[in-house]
Amino acid sequence: MAIAPPRQRIGRLERQALTGVLVREVVNFSSYWRSATFSSTVEPTIYLLAFGFGFGALVSKVGGYDYVEFVGTGTVATAVLFSSAFAAMFGTFVKYQFQHTYDAILAAPVDTEELVSAEALWMASRAGVYGCVPMLVAIGFGLDPAWGMLTVPLIAWVSGFGWACFGIMVAGFAKSIENFSYVVSAVLTPLFLVAGTFFPLDTLPGWAQFLGNVNPLHHCVELVRHAAFGWEGWTDLARVGALVAFGLAMWRLAIHAMTRKLID
Amino acid sequence: MTDLAIRIRGAVKRYGPITAVDGLDLDVPEGTCVGLLGPNGAGKSTTMRLLTAQSIADEGEIEVLGFRLPEESKAARAQCGVTPQLDNLDVTLTVEQNLLVFSHLYRIPRADRRAAIERALVMAKLEDRRDSRVDKLSGGMRRRLLIARSLVHRPRLVLLDEPTVGLDPQVRQELWALIDALRSEGTTILMSTHYIEEAQRLADTVLILSHGKAVAAGSPAQLVRDHAGSEVLEVYGPPARLAEVETEAGAEGLRTRRTGTSISILGVESGNGFALGGERRPANLEDVFVLLTGEEIA
Repeated sequence: MAIAPPRQRIGRLERQALTGVLVREVVNFSSYWRSATFSSTVEPTIYLLAFGFGFGALVSKVGGYDYVEFVGTGTVATAVLFSSAFAAMFGTFVKYQFQHTYDAILAAPVDTEELVSAEALWMASRAGVYGCVPMLVAIGFGLDPAWGMLTVPLIAWVSGFGWACFGIMVAGFAKSIENFSYVVSAVLTPLFLVAGTFFPLDTLPGWAQFLGNVNPLHHCVELVRHAAFGWEGWTDLARVGALVAFGLAMWRLAIHAMTRKLID
Repeated sequence: MTDLAIRIRGAVKRYGPITAVDGLDLDVPEGTCVGLLGPNGAGKSTTMRLLTAQSIADEGEIEVLGFRLPEESKAARAQCGVTPQLDNLDVTLTVEQNLLVFSHLYRIPRADRRAAIERALVMAKLEDRRDSRVDKLSGGMRRRLLIARSLVHRPRLVLLDEPTVGLDPQVRQELWALIDALRSEGTTILMSTHYIEEAQRLADTVLILSHGKAVAAGSPAQLVRDHAGSEVLEVYGPPARLAEVETEAGAEGLRTRRTGTSISILGVESGNGFALGGERRPANLEDVFVLLTGEEIA
């Protein structure tokens, strides 16, 4: 005869489970925040300096903006991508494959869905903060502050959530860490280049413009730019919708991929 | 009738062409320590994964602390502590930070958290090392922390997967003392091991696994009595001589097993006058283990 336990509610996405995973990330962050902050700050600054001043010397205005301002707002999306997608791909794989962290977490009252969601929330929050850095650097180089810029952390957060889930999904499907090369070369690099970060998309051929419009990174770039220079009404709302849809789709796919990987 | 902390009936788990667990039945009564003893690949670790629903059984029924798996696994896991075979501590964190993280994962209320962490530190004898980073600890300290981490929420059931694998004898003894203390407090323990001595010392009941099936179960003493008799004659010699001894004993109707350097002839207490020079010794669990799980390495 088995013990009759007091029935407790077994919920999905329980706050306590999410908190547990987040606490682990926050406590860990206290041991590596310096390096993370360094790379997240220095990288976009270098892009800004290299393109803004190198290229900016040849073209002073792009799409009606000073080139430094154009790149300064555009590289917010770059910072978001680097601090979410890349961190998620490598971090997830290392925690799964080498540190066996997820085995320990899933032995506790945490399900894969909660684990993936909490990890994505954490990386989205980091992206929300680090995403603002290039814009702050650009302000230092003469970009005029605007009230709309207060929405940039939120834009970066929503984008970062989608890209974090994308990275977790890639790590979930990858057989080895070498597989990441395909994703970086064939997916992330092209999307990074045709996002409208360094040059506007409207001079590109039709197919590349189409590619840009299905690129979530492009919507992030445009929203940040409009936050700094002025909103475009319904178009921007549609872009927010696209980012939210991207985030939700990637979230479910990431959970699916990690469940396959972690539960056999 | 005792309540069962774990009840498995006919569990089957296949990985492609390999059947890791093949119709396993397992009962772990509350308040006892059950040892899963078996060679590598016998299905011990898969059984452990089934109990936390990190593996889902293809067939059979599994109940843990009265919760049906896999549906109610989360509720069961909240009251279980799991010590994995592979060290998965966060190595860049301190001892205390590792415990803090798990006090959150195991949902200890804020008011009790401090006390729970202190208790775990005492249990692991790491009060003095609370601020040391885990990668600065010795292997034995890390394993003590790994066990203490799984006890931070005072679980009713503890799953220990090869708790002392790869450690030197002194450290193993330390861990046995820790596990024994847990047992005397009345915590239910399921422990997998391939160390005979560990099972003999700690387990009330031992289940011998081979190829995913339970081939024998009982208290260590009872298993020895039932399967290996009371006395064993150990005959040493060159390989050719050992082969002869094996044949002779077989002709007398006695069971033998190879130890690598000798032939052990079992059940010599029956007094059939089997006259061979050798050393007499009491039968032990290792004799049973090798008899039941085979001499050849799979």
